[in-house]
Amino acid sequence: MESEKDRNVEQDILNIENLRVRFETEDGVVHAVNGIDLKLGYKKTLGLVGETGAGKTTTALAMLRLVPDPPGVVECDRLEIDGQDIRSISTAKLEQIRGKDISMIFQDPMTALNPVFTVGEQIAESIEIHEHVSKDEALKKAGDMLELVGIPRQRANEYPHQFSGGMKQRVVIAISLACNPKLLIADEPTTALDVTIQAQVLELMNELKEKYDTSMIMITHDLGIVAEVCDDVAVMYAGHIVEQGSLEEVYGETMHPYTEGLFNSLPNIKNRQAMLKPIHGLMPDPTNLPPGCPFAPRCNYATEECSKAVPALKSVGGTHKVACSRYDFDKDFLIDRRKK
Amino acid sequence: MADNILEVKHLKKYFKTSRGMLHAVDDINFSIERGKTLGLVGESGCGKSTTGRTILRLIEPTAGETIFEGKDINKLSKREMRHMRKDMQIIFQDPFSSLDPKKTVSQIIAEPIIENKILKKKLEIEERVLELMDTVGLAERYINTYPHELDGGRRQRIGIARALAMEPKLIICDEPVSALDVSIQAQILNLLKELQQKLGLTYIFITHDLSVVNHFSDDIAVMYLGQIVEKAPAEELFENPIHPYTQALLSAIPIPELGHRRQRVQLIGEITSPIEPPAECRFLKRCLVCDKELCTKSSPKLIEVSPNHFVACPLKQKELGFEVE
Repeated sequence: MESEKDRNVEQDILNIENLRVRFETEDGVVHAVNGIDLKLGYKKTLGLVGETGAGKTTTALAMLRLVPDPPGVVECDRLEIDGQDIRSISTAKLEQIRGKDISMIFQDPMTALNPVFTVGEQIAESIEIHEHVSKDEALKKAGDMLELVGIPRQRANEYPHQFSGGMKQRVVIAISLACNPKLLIADEPTTALDVTIQAQVLELMNELKEKYDTSMIMITHDLGIVAEVCDDVAVMYAGHIVEQGSLEEVYGETMHPYTEGLFNSLPNIKNRQAMLKPIHGLMPDPTNLPPGCPFAPRCNYATEECSKAVPALKSVGGTHKVACSRYDFDKDFLIDRRKK
Repeated sequence: MADNILEVKHLKKYFKTSRGMLHAVDDINFSIERGKTLGLVGESGCGKSTTGRTILRLIEPTAGETIFEGKDINKLSKREMRHMRKDMQIIFQDPFSSLDPKKTVSQIIAEPIIENKILKKKLEIEERVLELMDTVGLAERYINTYPHELDGGRRQRIGIARALAMEPKLIICDEPVSALDVSIQAQILNLLKELQQKLGLTYIFITHDLSVVNHFSDDIAVMYLGQIVEKAPAEELFENPIHPYTQALLSAIPIPELGHRRQRVQLIGEITSPIEPPAECRFLKRCLVCDKELCTKSSPKLIEVSPNHFVACPLKQKELGFEVE
């Protein structure tokens, strides 16, 4: 047992190479994800950051083979989770994996639960299916799960509408953790919640992650949340990963102009007089991406060269990678954030 | 003497429900100096939006005075109020549902101008619309587009242009950037700030986002279940929060910097129901420091504990050496 665990630590729970997702619609082809590589070590938490339309959720759905087809077309050179090739396994096998080995928390707790079943039944359902136990046993375990997320087990017989938003999200977390998943994908799990409740839910997720050695992918647009819970960060823009590395590398030694732009757009709690420096312009239309670097039209540092070829994600030391052509042409190039 | 554009005194809004009166806004007092911004923060359900709407009489108040430029607008007739609203405008949270989908950008912006008979000639109206679009940074080419063709940031700019069409003195911004991505959010916040400087506007800025309110406001009032629990200049509030709820709220903000994983003031317990609440501190059940006797005596009063810093916590008031009734 011990030796198996050791081996697992060396391997990665998630290994994706060259993932591409496009949606072939009547209005044109939407290029949602355009060739991304992702690796995640066991017990680690990866923050997938970006704005609306960056392709974060599509990436997560593709990992679980949940992209609707048609119109979605998913291509990749490698898609392994916990050593299993997700691309080639049968649908039946896949259903055993989803909810057991990998589970997902969706953004909106208000719609993720079924209004006509009690929360206890909903937690028990996944236990019953995946652990092959009797209904009574599953319900008992469901009660345990509720207590784990800080809800008294007596409330297992209540319906979702009897719970507040924060409590519903705890129920969703209880469902997703009920079968001890190895990988948890959390898609904006706290966006719909108030800050004090958000703090509680994040704290809870951190605790449970430690307790069960779960690896996690945290999808969010909030750089503050990433700083609180993640070990690694990948910043996405228009279906590309533009910067990737450990939290210290990406936050401490930011290299990509888009990452810098995100930081500059945030109000600074310590210096309230500072004017915000927004990123000018808008996210490119995914049916009609600009040639070359997708961020070039909004980038303050862009040169003519930038719109010639899509920059590759290159290692810049340690685990830190960046996709910006300026560093190739100009050895002394530094973004403003680094100059201070 | 400060030039207060708006003074709100003992403002109340109760809603009738089957289980009794819901105290959505319960005895709120504040004033705003001309050209300044008051941030109204709190979590969902604390009554901040209802406060904004009650001030404009979009919802009729149950009791209290709203004194705008020396006049109690709660006493005005419907017709006088309609006239008064030119000076007081509102920008809504959701630019996706607050614009008429069947109208073009120019029709939407022109509507209040025509409706209030500010300009009558077609050419003048057209010129004014273009001028307003320029003010809020909307390119002229969007004049005949429909809202669904535009992104959230541009739609919010239409909402702002529409509010500015009346040349208001006061604008209530109800979560104006909550539905927008961060890079777009910063564009809109900067625009609102520029407009304030240029046009001398006064804002009431309603939001749940504490870092935004800190950046944007001169004074901040923190609301909890229909009441203001603390009010102070922004800097003072963030440096020296006194009310236990404010402290918990501030400590819950995730900070996007390294080395900031810190000890939180965790809130536990149930939220007091706003329906027929007892006359005691409403934060009591979630408070970590409360004094069973002192805090249940009566509904806490907002007391000025240091210049311009008001707190409604009997325990802290006593600690700071104030007499608690």
